Amino acid sequence: MCRTVELRQAVLARNDDGARALRARLAAQGTVAVNLLSSPGSGKTALLEAELCLARDRGIAVAALTADLATENDALRLARSGVPVKQVLTDGLCHLESEMLTGQLADWLPDGTRLLFVENVGNLVCPASYDLGETLRVALASVTEGEDKPLKYPTAFGLANLVLVTKADLAAAAEFDETAFLANVARVNPGVEVVFTSARTGQGVGELLDRACAVLDGAEVHRPVMAGASANGPGHLHSRGDSHSHDGAAAEHL
Amino acid sequence: MHEMSIAMAVVEQVDAAAREHGMEAVVLVRLQVGELAGVVPSALDFCFELACAGTLLEGAVLETETVQARARCLGCETEWSVGMPPDLGCPNCAGAGVELLAGRELQIIGVERAERPAGAGARQEG
Repeated sequence: MCRTVELRQAVLARNDDGARALRARLAAQGTVAVNLLSSPGSGKTALLEAELCLARDRGIAVAALTADLATENDALRLARSGVPVKQVLTDGLCHLESEMLTGQLADWLPDGTRLLFVENVGNLVCPASYDLGETLRVALASVTEGEDKPLKYPTAFGLANLVLVTKADLAAAAEFDETAFLANVARVNPGVEVVFTSARTGQGVGELLDRACAVLDGAEVHRPVMAGASANGPGHLHSRGDSHSHDGAAAEHL
Repeated sequence: MHEMSIAMAVVEQVDAAAREHGMEAVVLVRLQVGELAGVVPSALDFCFELACAGTLLEGAVLETETVQARARCLGCETEWSVGMPPDLGCPNCAGAGVELLAGRELQIIGVERAERPAGAGARQEG
């Protein structure tokens, strides 16, 4: 006869615990982390570069960490802003995890950094499941990707505190249906703010920085329905601290 | 695809729990996966087999229970299955306050240990 052992452990408990610890540590040193999620080629590096330049001009202490499977191209682009930038190569891993980020920040994050922008691996599937200790999670979609992106990747858009549309200058050429896009975002994430941007024309550049600065000043972030009642940030239900803890509380049944 | 990372997290946790409970082998792992957990059960199944190699879970079966995503309107108390892609707006009153009741689970429910061979003798539980 087999014997059943009940565990009730969140699979991502370790990541979520690491994220909570990092969020607390960053908060203690006055830093807010912003996690940027999008598909490859959405233009998040171009927008981030513009936002970093603006932050530099305004004298806001920002830093950026960018993750890719290979090449340091994005770090080289972001470094043109003159703010501290770090490239993380994930060696094929499709997403960042909280422990990985914590390790990367250890000897690098400059003292006094107020905003840390984390450009996640270009991927709308996997990074969505991993809380990195950010306070502001941003999902980006370019107008050339189609209006149904939020429906195709509901977890990425559903857990975002803010949605940015990029390459807005190409909207007409791409026949982007703005009304449909907004309806699709609202379907998976009712109430989330959507901001239209174009790094090329400058439209909406600075909005991300403004939202992040507002969070620094204590503004509440939008709480996505999908984040769930008992989840902490964009984390997971039933993680450590909930009733189904995994610290030795397992029950055995014959 | 992050199912390999998920599978490795499952195996790591089950392996640790199994040792804690003095198990010699685990033959089955029960997992609860919500519709909105962002995990593909078939891909996870494939990765699980690979991740189990060389552990107490070698050859174990992964039993996945899918949890339907459900939401409730805080205004009119309507409850509904949100579907896929999810519709998190209240179908009744379109009110702003909506609560997700289920659908984001990604949880190890429990495991089954192998039957101890006859005459293996008693050993102390961990």
